[in-house]
Amino acid sequence: MSIASVRPGLPLAAVNPVAKVAATVPLSIVLVLTLDPVSAAVAIACELLVFALVGLGPLVWSPRTLPIWIAAPLTGLSMVLYGAPSGETYWQFGVIHVTEGSLLIGLATMTRVIAIALPAVVLFLTIDPTDLADGLAQTLHLPSRFVLGALAGLRLVGSSVDDWRTLRLARRARGVADHGIVRRGLGQAFALLVLAIRRGSTLATAMEARGFGAPVDRTWARTARFGAVEWSVIAVGCLVAAIAATAAILAGTWNVVWAA
Amino acid sequence: MAPHEALGARAAAVSAQGWGWRHGGRRTPAVHDLDLEIAPGERVLLLGASGSGKSTLLHGMAGVLGGDDEGDATGRLLIDGRPAAATRGRSGLVLQDPDAQVVMARVGDDVAFGLENLGIPREEIWPRVDAALDAVGLDLPRDHSTAELSGGQRQRLALAGVLAMRPGLILLDEPTANLDPAGVLEVRDAVARVAEESGATFVVIEHRVSTWLPLVDRVIVLGTGGALIADGAPGDVLDARAAELRAAGVWLPSEVPWHAPAPGAASRHPLLTADRLDVARVPGVPVLRGVDVQVDGGGILAVTGPNGVGKSTLALTLAGLLRPEGGRLIAGPELAKGAHGEPWRWRSRELLTRIGTVFQSPEHQFLAGSVRAELEVGPRALKLPAAEVDARTEALLHSLRLDRLEGVNPFTLSGGEKRRLSVATALATRPRMLVLDEPTFGQDANTWRELARLIVALRDDGVGVVAVTHDEAFVDAVADRRLELHRPAGDERVAPAGTASGEARR
Repeated sequence: MSIASVRPGLPLAAVNPVAKVAATVPLSIVLVLTLDPVSAAVAIACELLVFALVGLGPLVWSPRTLPIWIAAPLTGLSMVLYGAPSGETYWQFGVIHVTEGSLLIGLATMTRVIAIALPAVVLFLTIDPTDLADGLAQTLHLPSRFVLGALAGLRLVGSSVDDWRTLRLARRARGVADHGIVRRGLGQAFALLVLAIRRGSTLATAMEARGFGAPVDRTWARTARFGAVEWSVIAVGCLVAAIAATAAILAGTWNVVWAA
Repeated sequence: MAPHEALGARAAAVSAQGWGWRHGGRRTPAVHDLDLEIAPGERVLLLGASGSGKSTLLHGMAGVLGGDDEGDATGRLLIDGRPAAATRGRSGLVLQDPDAQVVMARVGDDVAFGLENLGIPREEIWPRVDAALDAVGLDLPRDHSTAELSGGQRQRLALAGVLAMRPGLILLDEPTANLDPAGVLEVRDAVARVAEESGATFVVIEHRVSTWLPLVDRVIVLGTGGALIADGAPGDVLDARAAELRAAGVWLPSEVPWHAPAPGAASRHPLLTADRLDVARVPGVPVLRGVDVQVDGGGILAVTGPNGVGKSTLALTLAGLLRPEGGRLIAGPELAKGAHGEPWRWRSRELLTRIGTVFQSPEHQFLAGSVRAELEVGPRALKLPAAEVDARTEALLHSLRLDRLEGVNPFTLSGGEKRRLSVATALATRPRMLVLDEPTFGQDANTWRELARLIVALRDDGVGVVAVTHDEAFVDAVADRRLELHRPAGDERVAPAGTASGEARR
C-alpha cells in the first residue's frame, strides 16, 4: 500500500512538507477571491510550467491526477446548467438555464478546480508521511502525541486493505455472500472497524512500551529543515498567485465574489 | 557481565510482592497474590496454560497495563526497587504479532522511535540505532521500508527498537509464535546474541520450549490465576513437573502431543483436481504457477513451503474463493453434487455443503455476536429446519468444548477457543472438503491435540482435508501427503513455481 510509502524518489521530495503545503495557500486565496476564467487559466499555465521545470511534469499527466480531470468538467457543467442566469439565454429546460453568464461561470469554476487541486495533488504525491509528521511537529510545533499517533495509524491503512479483501472471501466461505450487497457491506465495514481497533490497541501498547508519552521532552532523530529551499518554494507559490491576480486585473476580469 | 559499549545497560532486578492484577470488567483477577524475585542477568522462560496470567505478568513488568481505569492492582511489582509503571526505558517489550508493532515506515526511524521518546540527543541516537540493527543482524539501510520486511525481520526490528533503548530487562511475549521455522531461528539467535552482548535480564513466554531451552537458566511455571506451580533450573522443572506442564498445554522438548492412527480401510476417492493451476490473490498478479495436485476424500494433504510462496493463495483458490489465473480446477461429481463449473463459479451457499474454509486468522470469519449464533450462521443459510440447526449446534458446542461459552462474543475468546470455534463453524454445514490455513499456528499443545484428533476424525468420515502449515509436527503426525512449494531460484516473487508432491514422512 503506497499510502505509507518510504520517501518517494521524486523532485522536491526532500523539501519540508510544511513549505509545500504553504506554497499552495496564496494561490488558493486569490482564486477564491475572484471568479473569472483568466486568473485560473494563467495559474494553470504557470503551474504546468513550474512542474515541468522542476521535473514533476510526468506526474501531472499520470493516472494519479485523473480524478481532477474528471471532477473539474463535471463541476463546471453543473454551474453551466444551474448557475445564476445572466446575458443571452442559449437553452432552457425547467430549472436549467444555459446563458452567457452561466457559461462563463462554468468555465471559471472548472479552471479554478484544476488550478487549486492540481498543485495540491502533485505536491502531496512528493510528500512522505514521516517527513510531514516531522514538519508538523518540529516546524509548526503541533503536539507530538497527536502527530505521531496519526502517523502510526496511517500505517494501519495498508493492513486494512488486506483485511477488507480477506473479509470478503470469508463471507463467501460462510455462505452469506449471495444476497444483500448493502447489508453485507455494512456488516463487513463494521468487522473491519473491529479489526482496526484491535490492531490499533496492540500498536498503542507497543508504542507505550517504547516510552511513547513518557513525561520527558521528546527529541527528534530527523531534522525538519526550513531554509533557503523551503522559502524559495513558498516564494514561487506567491509569485504564481501574484501573476494570476495581475493578469486578471489587467484583463479587466477581476471580480471579487462578494462585490459582484 | 560485559556490556557492549553501545548497547550495555545495568541488568534489572524484578520483584513481585503479593502482586495481582484484575482487568477492568472481569470478576476474577488474572494474577493473584504473586511473590517472585528475578535477579539481575537471569534468563527466564515463563510457562503456563492459557489463562494463567503469564502475559499479564509480562505486561505488568513492562509497565503497560495502564492506570486505574484499565484494571485494579494489588501488592507491588518493582523493577530495581521502583514501581514498574514508573520505570519507562528500563524494560523493553516485544509482542507476538509481527504486523502490529512496527511504528514507523523506515527501518532506522522505527529503531530511533524509542530513543526519541526517552529524550536522547540526536547525535547519540543514530550510533545506537546502527549498533542495535547490527546486534539483531538486520543488515539493511536505515531508509529501507518496514512494509517490505518478513515476519522474522519485523520481530528482529522490534527487538532492535527495544535494544537501542538499553533496557536492563528484555520482555518477550511469544515472539516467535507467528513465524515460520526459519523466522523462529532468526529471532531466537538474535535474542541469544543480544542477551550475550547486553547482559540484560530477560523473560520470555513461549509454548514451544525446545526453541528457548538453550538460552534460559531458569523456568517459572504459572497455574490458574498466576499461582506459582514450579520454579527452578530448566532440566529440573521440566523433568519433575512434566505431567503438570503437559496438562497446561506446554510443548515439552521433542514431544509430539498426539500421533494419528493410519487411515482405515475406507478407500480414498478423488474430490478435486488442479491441473497446471496459476493462482493470484489480486487478479493479474499471479504468485504461483503450474500447480498440479489432487485432493482426495479420506486423505489429509499438507501444503508446506516458505513464507510468501503462495500457500494461502493456493488454499483459497482450491476452496473456490479466488478465481484461478490460469489452468483448470476440476471438481469431481462427488464434490460438485450438481453445482456447475469450477468451484469459484459456485454460489456462496453452494460452497457450504461442498468446501469449508478455516482462515488463518479466525477474526476474519466471525459474523455473529455469540458463539451459538456464530455456529448457526451456516445451517441457517442452508435454510435447514430449526430442529436440525439446534441439533447440529448443540453437537458442535459439546464436541469442541464450547458449551460453557455459547453466549460469549467470539471476539473475546482466547486464541485456542477462537480456533476451535472457527473450525466448528465450517463443520456445521458438513462440507465434503475442508481447507485449513495454518490451523495449529501459535496453539498450545492441548489445542493442537484437539485439532489433530478432529481433523483425523473428519478424514475417517471420508472428508478431504487440505491444510496449509509450517508445523512439521503436524505434517509428521497427522498428514498423509505433502505438497511442498518452492520459491524458484533466481526469481524472488513471480515465476513458474517448482512444485513437488510426495508422501509425507510417517
